[in-house]
Amino acid sequence: MNGTASLQQEGCHQEIVRLDGVSFSYDSQPVLQDISFRIMERDFVGLIGSNGAGKTTLMRMIVGLTRPQKGSITLFGTPAGQFKDWNLIGYVPQRSHVNPLFPATVREVVLSGLYGRKKLFRRVSKEDASRCEDALAALKIENLADSRIGALSGGQQQRVFLARALINNPKLLILDEPLTGIDIETQHNFFQMIKHMHQRHNITFLMVSHDMDMVRSYLGQEPKERSGKLNFYVRHSHDLEDCQGTDLLHSLRKEG
Amino acid sequence: MEFFQRALIGGALIAITAPLMGLFLVLRRLAMIGDTLAHVSIAGVALGFLMNVYPVAVGLAFAIIGSFAIEALRRTYRTYAELSLAIIMSGGIALASLLFTMGKGFNQNANSYWFGSIYTLTYTDIWVIAGVTAIVLTMVLVHKKELFLLTFDEDAAAVSGLPVKYFNIMLSILTALVISAAIKIVGALLVSALLTIPAACSLALSRSFKQAVILVVVVGEIAVLAGLWIAGVGNLAPGGTIVLLLIGFLAVSVATSRIMRA
Repeated sequence: MNGTASLQQEGCHQEIVRLDGVSFSYDSQPVLQDISFRIMERDFVGLIGSNGAGKTTLMRMIVGLTRPQKGSITLFGTPAGQFKDWNLIGYVPQRSHVNPLFPATVREVVLSGLYGRKKLFRRVSKEDASRCEDALAALKIENLADSRIGALSGGQQQRVFLARALINNPKLLILDEPLTGIDIETQHNFFQMIKHMHQRHNITFLMVSHDMDMVRSYLGQEPKERSGKLNFYVRHSHDLEDCQGTDLLHSLRKEG
Repeated sequence: MEFFQRALIGGALIAITAPLMGLFLVLRRLAMIGDTLAHVSIAGVALGFLMNVYPVAVGLAFAIIGSFAIEALRRTYRTYAELSLAIIMSGGIALASLLFTMGKGFNQNANSYWFGSIYTLTYTDIWVIAGVTAIVLTMVLVHKKELFLLTFDEDAAAVSGLPVKYFNIMLSILTALVISAAIKIVGALLVSALLTIPAACSLALSRSFKQAVILVVVVGEIAVLAGLWIAGVGNLAPGGTIVLLLIGFLAVSVATSRIMRA
């Protein structure tokens, strides 16, 4: 295997996600067949495929919502079944998922990014509250903090969900169709912001999309790998001087 | 203690828990579950009378079994969630009518559970209601963060590593507890109103989740206490006055939210 070799080559860059021969079918209708792929630290992976190609299924498997019927998934070097550090993974769901009438403010939604297994039976601390303010400021939505989530525009809601995902200072950020349902200009700004984060911060991206143009403009014309109807476009970022962990929210905020 | 004092205490307690659980149910689009479980619970009450066991306890057991049956059926007919509610509800009513006709002697008692009879609350009933209130409040307060996330975005809750299955079971059991405790107060036919109407008022008016939680309890308390008082003064059925007051509050809430948004 070239696994160890490339680990050495890339220095302290760790393997974030590893898929080994993953297959899945709904009622004998195969959706994913024998998918193998690795996501390394600081990769930006664009997962592109037509409707029904199994993008969402694959992503749900990586975040543990669905189990593969065949093959295995490894997260941060740990088999997905035993993985416990879910706070390392930030997840931005499809926006269509949100109930627009839900009574919750932007601040409540962003803060809920912290409510994981490790926070069970604990109160929201002052530190949590200030992390929330940092996340709001980093995404420039502090003026919306007390608005009802359903009253926001699509692009603003997308920032709220990104803030919720970033509040844990995740190492892997997974975005499910983040550009759908928002206007072109907002899409462009949002993608710029994500690219910027990738170039300047120690964070790995997996973005599911069907928007070819925007993805190709950053990740190149040809996919690094094809598997069935899925295409994986990858761009690695080397610009960071060292691989030491920095607090994303604080540095994002400093940059303004 | 006077019967009216017992009614006030029982009513005040159930007016905290029923609207609170109702808010979670409505937000998870399970508003009709209250009605279904109430009818299943009534079958248990009838069986309790037949076996000469404390009816509320048997009703409670039935409600819990009913909530698991709903979940099981829902998994079989995944895209038709309301189908499982319709089936379990008619099953409950059928079983209740069968059991009630088997014990012809207790028709009077049967009425008190279909329509509620808050003035006949016994000390045992009050203790059961107090116990249910304590359990529900403890669980909701301890897990308020997790319940918020679970209700807002179940997938995100699962991705954060929360034991979603455990929380779903907990919510089912708490709902069953509240419904079986509430039946004798507002009656099986009207339990659903106490669960859902305060939530509907609150959805129209609140901006934050915190506000929504406070508002459902306030609306529930005012409707139950004022409803009891009106019923006492006018010699009317308390279940009826409570529910009609709730509907009045809903009309005011919807009108207010229209004005605020205009």
